[in-house]
Amino acid sequence: MNEFYYIIPFIILAAGILISLVIEMYFTSSEKILPWFSILTFLASGFSALFLVNNVKVVFENMLMSGGNVNFFIFIFNLGAALVTLLSIDYIKKYHTYYGEYYILLMSSVLGMSLMAGAKDLIVIFMGLEIMSVCFYALAGINRNKLKANEASLKYFLLGSFATGFLVYGMALVYGSMQNTSLEYLFLNFTKFNTNILFLAGLLFILFGLSFKIAAFPFHMWVPDVYQGSATTVSALMSTGGKAAAFSAIIVSFASVLTVVNTNVFAPYFGAIAVFSMLFGSIVAIAQTDIKRMMAYSSIAHAGYMTIGLASGNSYGVSGIIFYLAAYTFMNIGAFGIISIVEGKNDTNLTIKSYAGLANKKPILAGLLAIIMFSLAGLPPFAGFFGKYYIFIAAVKAKLTWLAIVGVISSAISVYFYIRIIVLMYFKESEEDFVIENSNTGLLSVIIAVLFVILLGIAPNSVINLISYFAK
Amino acid sequence: MIEQYIPVFIVIIVAVIFAVATVVMSKLMGPQRPNSEKESTYESGLKPIGTTNERVSIKYYLVAMLFIVFDLEVIFVYPWAVQFKKLYSQIGISIFFSMLVFLVVLELGFLYVYKKGGFKWD
Repeated sequence: MNEFYYIIPFIILAAGILISLVIEMYFTSSEKILPWFSILTFLASGFSALFLVNNVKVVFENMLMSGGNVNFFIFIFNLGAALVTLLSIDYIKKYHTYYGEYYILLMSSVLGMSLMAGAKDLIVIFMGLEIMSVCFYALAGINRNKLKANEASLKYFLLGSFATGFLVYGMALVYGSMQNTSLEYLFLNFTKFNTNILFLAGLLFILFGLSFKIAAFPFHMWVPDVYQGSATTVSALMSTGGKAAAFSAIIVSFASVLTVVNTNVFAPYFGAIAVFSMLFGSIVAIAQTDIKRMMAYSSIAHAGYMTIGLASGNSYGVSGIIFYLAAYTFMNIGAFGIISIVEGKNDTNLTIKSYAGLANKKPILAGLLAIIMFSLAGLPPFAGFFGKYYIFIAAVKAKLTWLAIVGVISSAISVYFYIRIIVLMYFKESEEDFVIENSNTGLLSVIIAVLFVILLGIAPNSVINLISYFAK
Repeated sequence: MIEQYIPVFIVIIVAVIFAVATVVMSKLMGPQRPNSEKESTYESGLKPIGTTNERVSIKYYLVAMLFIVFDLEVIFVYPWAVQFKKLYSQIGISIFFSMLVFLVVLELGFLYVYKKGGFKWD
């Protein structure tokens, strides 16, 4: 069959981007059309990916992979982006900052993420990462008149290009030592090269570049400022889709050490960044007063939990990471969604204190946020619990029990600041008096996210079987 | 291995010595009679106007960026056009349409810039 059949999700997204350019050009009412059109595109792309999930094939001269894990990732990205688009409609109205590029850049960034997930070649990883990152740099500063947004955009751009420099340098070293950029070749000949210091240094540099994108500990400094400064909806996509795409790139490029065949030579590195990210994220988040900064530090901690899966380096770890990413996508989009609804004009109501007494004002929002916070803290029966459970099981199976113990301690610490929000909402009186604008589409998006959080928590087995069937 | 490069090193060293020597010697031995005409910035014989660190309008960057886009387009189209007959006999008509898709994507972006007023000079 024609190779193009296997990349239908990519083609739908690319065509959607081009058509939305035309819509933005010629229709004056594009603010009303474009969000719904992009939601349609995301859903079409996502469900076509799910439809093609059984056609595992490498296409275009070993450049792209289609089917299985890849399509599952593409589905998650698209669904997450569709939820973010739903949130954005009212958020943009609230700030009176409509630019048509917003939705187009959103779609382009998802195309970049999908390319990263499907990459079978170092060049394709680089291309996907750049498409995604450049869109995020622009999206972070989409609110052009806000000083903090400009700061976030510039900070992300400078640090991000520095990280990309590391990534490309690593790729050059890997290419220099094995005379090939194919990930398949890397996978098959790993044992031949793993004594070559140049090759290992190259892989380590690639890992530095991608660690920046997953917001792991030594490369995390951009996270709080960027998440706080950029629009809340953009932070939602950045913290979920961007992280998931970088993890998928790590999984495909380090497939050789993540199987039981080879020893996991990077296990000390993964273990170290896992421990530091978890503890640093959980402890520093306690001191935050701004809820977006708190979520940013929690995002660093969650990157740490997922890195445990990489450190354990077995198929349990990989399928655990994929499950965790799916759960984290819905939890975080839900959390940022509620933040974007509660948030007032000009960055008001963003402190943790503004959530005091929310249960009286908006019982539905408070209930949804409570579920999300329980899930982020890792309490059963929500998705976050099973995400952590599978990751820790993988660590124990890989005889890294100490890492699982550190993970449990860290999530015990993190319970404090998640539950603090719930306590404020239900047991404290409101100190500030403000009106929360109703947002039907935003509420719908949060409800869908919460439904997924509950579904993944109640029936995780069906999903994890599906994933581990494809994640060989 | 490294011995093969010795001539290159010699050339580099000679070049550096030559360059430094000419500048230093002319400074030391040449006559020095400065006046205000000589000291001023060379501007094609005209009198210099203003300072050198002038602010450049952001529009120039826009033009430069758009120029790069079309530069890259040419880089892709030229080899394709030169090899077209050979590729056509090997791959078939799809080689024509693949370039057409690329051009459509590019021109759509161009049209977007035009419609959004990217070429308006105030």
